[in-house]
Amino acid sequence: MNPDHISRRLLLKCAAALGLLAVAERLVPAYALTSAAGAGSQIALSGDVIDLTIAEQPFHLDGRTGTAMSINGTIPGPVIRLKEGQQATLRVTNRLEESSSIHWHGLLLPPAMDGVPGVSFAGIEPGTTFTYRFPIRQSGTYWYHSHSGLQEESGVYGPMIIDPAEPEPFRPERDYVVMLSDWSFESPEALLSNLKKQGGYYNFQKRTAGDFFTDVGRMGFWPALQNYLMWDRMRMDPTDFADVTGYAFTYLMNGLSPADNWTGLFRPGERVRLRLINAAGMTFYDVRIPGLRMTVVQVDGQNIQPVVVDEFRMGPAETYDVIVEPAENRAYTIFAETMDRSGYARGTLAPRQGMSAEIPERRPRPLRTMEDMGMSMKGMDMPGMTMHGTEHSGDTKKIESSDDHASMEHRLRDAGTPPLQHMHEMPAMDAGDHGRSLIPGAEPVAHSPDHHGPGNQTVAEYSQNRMGEPGRGLEDSERRVLLYTDLKSLVPYPDQREPVREIELHLTGQMTRYMWSFDGKTYSEAKEPIHFRYGERVRLTFVNDTMMEHPLHLHGMWMYLENGAGAYLSRKHTVVVKPAERLSVAITADAPGRWAFHCHLLLHMEAGMFRVVEVSDQ
Amino acid sequence: MMVLIGMLSHGIGATVVFAQTIQGTSATPTEASPTTLQAGTRPIVFPPQHWPAPVNDQEHRLFTLVDVLDYRPKISGGQGHDDYRWDVEGWYGGDYNRLWFKSEGQRDTAFKADYDVDFQLLYGRFIRKHYDLQIGSRVETQAFKGRNVTRGFGVIGIEGLVPYNYEFESALFIDQNGAVSARLSFTKDLLLTQRLIFQTRFETNAAVQRVEKFTTGSGLNNLEFGARLRYEIRREFAPYIGISFDRSFGETATLVRQDGGDPTQIRFLVGVRAWF
Repeated sequence: MNPDHISRRLLLKCAAALGLLAVAERLVPAYALTSAAGAGSQIALSGDVIDLTIAEQPFHLDGRTGTAMSINGTIPGPVIRLKEGQQATLRVTNRLEESSSIHWHGLLLPPAMDGVPGVSFAGIEPGTTFTYRFPIRQSGTYWYHSHSGLQEESGVYGPMIIDPAEPEPFRPERDYVVMLSDWSFESPEALLSNLKKQGGYYNFQKRTAGDFFTDVGRMGFWPALQNYLMWDRMRMDPTDFADVTGYAFTYLMNGLSPADNWTGLFRPGERVRLRLINAAGMTFYDVRIPGLRMTVVQVDGQNIQPVVVDEFRMGPAETYDVIVEPAENRAYTIFAETMDRSGYARGTLAPRQGMSAEIPERRPRPLRTMEDMGMSMKGMDMPGMTMHGTEHSGDTKKIESSDDHASMEHRLRDAGTPPLQHMHEMPAMDAGDHGRSLIPGAEPVAHSPDHHGPGNQTVAEYSQNRMGEPGRGLEDSERRVLLYTDLKSLVPYPDQREPVREIELHLTGQMTRYMWSFDGKTYSEAKEPIHFRYGERVRLTFVNDTMMEHPLHLHGMWMYLENGAGAYLSRKHTVVVKPAERLSVAITADAPGRWAFHCHLLLHMEAGMFRVVEVSDQ
Repeated sequence: MMVLIGMLSHGIGATVVFAQTIQGTSATPTEASPTTLQAGTRPIVFPPQHWPAPVNDQEHRLFTLVDVLDYRPKISGGQGHDDYRWDVEGWYGGDYNRLWFKSEGQRDTAFKADYDVDFQLLYGRFIRKHYDLQIGSRVETQAFKGRNVTRGFGVIGIEGLVPYNYEFESALFIDQNGAVSARLSFTKDLLLTQRLIFQTRFETNAAVQRVEKFTTGSGLNNLEFGARLRYEIRREFAPYIGISFDRSFGETATLVRQDGGDPTQIRFLVGVRAWF
């Protein structure tokens, strides 16, 4: 038992005495109760030994009660706060009636400590305790979650903060975890089962006769008809942005519904660090705080060269640390709108408890385009479609200097942005310059013959890197939206070797039958691991043949995002690949053993979009 | 231990930490160049047999779709009674291999038999994008004025989604006496709103041989068009109203007339579409 643990208990007791027990009973972790927490801090478990217990319990939300699985009695679980260089001992007790596990998402550790049943260990049987022991070799914002079945979707997740050994380059006065997630009163197994039986089960934003007539008015009869027939001919649904939507989900911020309004306090003029963690099983969020610009300082726990943005998109499992400086003595809404616009998570930054600010209108549901299908653009003229060919535009500006942030930002904002223009600039940059490098896939690459089998609906005829695009639904935004091409590591990482070997992996799926796989094969159909030679620098190239975004997570090693940042490639544990995108990451295979690699949309993973990566000498 | 970890993180040394050997931490990946590595020092531990699968991607599921469950009120002035009809299909299995079951049936006092009930049990494999190949057997029972006739068939069929989002079902039947017949159907959903859905349905039957006992002539047997307007209270449960137009042709029409039926029928329908 460590002092922090005790003080947390005491605080909970105090909270109870103050009449906050009613709230505490609702499974909200202490750090969600800002009034109970100390000013600007959220209570965390820390120390040499930390005890966690996974158990089933009722979950109350907006007047309804469901059955959840929680860690130490709260959703999310407690903040675990560790120190770089320390030895962590985490004792996890399983009080469920089924096997469980905890995976430390984004942590570099021995493979046996990674917590993936069937890959790292056997899992934690009911009634038993598994002790994880590993040295903490990094710092930043991370999280942890069950890797057994769909338990994560039922509430088994929590934040993890690792304080660096050296002071950080930023000194905020306040520091809050903002953990986003999604909750369904339907069991996660039922969600998957419904989707297997009807791929569009949860989509209540499909195109209807009414939309058709609106489009006829907007586009004219023939173009509208052609557009509808084209999607019908391909047997695809252009409104498919989320497999599970607000129809089933309540979107949570620190375990609280939008109505419950999680609140973080500040004094005007203070710098507030928000550690945003997307712990949602199935939801992409577009996050913004109307009235505040956000300075992104860390991504996936790694320091980056600060980027000032108005909005950013978060895939499941990604983390973004932003610093905001609310100057006015008023409340600000933290607005996390789902990518399909069917709902939102919401919280408030306020000088005092009980305040709230206006909740923005949700934007209209976006539409997929031919570009998301990876179709050839020749002869097509569909509204809302960004045209691009293979030719370079003559007026392409060259980036003057990688250090010149102002010009970079200006250029990006300027682009305002036909995003592809930006992408076409990249090949013009000199390789070898430390500040910049080639982006693999910057030019469209034709798909070889389709050998992905029936389990893959279509192939991206042409795949191309899309890191310079903000993503569908944000492309016409007047706000400055974070791009993957903005991510540049604060310091260069030691391994600057050019990858000597490339492994191409296709993301495949069949939406009507809800099949998800790599290279057309599920995990069970392709049990052969992906092999990395120990010590090699390898390029993993993802080609997304599906029309969905996929957040891909590699355990045990970093993925260095090959976004043209030269020596400053930022590293990530989870990389979002857009529809029809070709995206490469470089990996230093420095972690011998067997590691999980999968799509972090939980239902995709469970459907088979999963592989084992094996790092060995052979 | 802390000292040891500190050393590790500076890449000074490498030693055993727990069960694993950590050599060259992420802080010093440049040192981990392939040439400096010695082969065979880190054997991979393969997962023991008793470990569970990391993902459950081979789950079998049971799906039953009651696509049509019509109640057809008697047309005023027309012959016959209030009738009913169903078309049910479903499967048990995974993504590729499924055991399919299908049943169609009707009580139709103005057309051919009084009762016509059809059941199929098929093995299906997802062989091509969008299409299942189905092979199995079928039993058909008809009742004429209190007299039952039954026959068995072998079935081979293809079911799937064709371009333009039409659900497509086709089958070739060979009965126990070698008579060959075929069935083809298309259905298509049009969304008027997110929950109000207009389903059009087309079905046709044809036969090579005349099988008088089952009121089946050689050639095109019939064409049927249906339109059903349903409201999805839930995805799984949608009451509907509709209309169907069914017409027999050629020899079949003659046989229907001989049996006292009407080869052309227009019926109003109310019913429920459901799945689970």
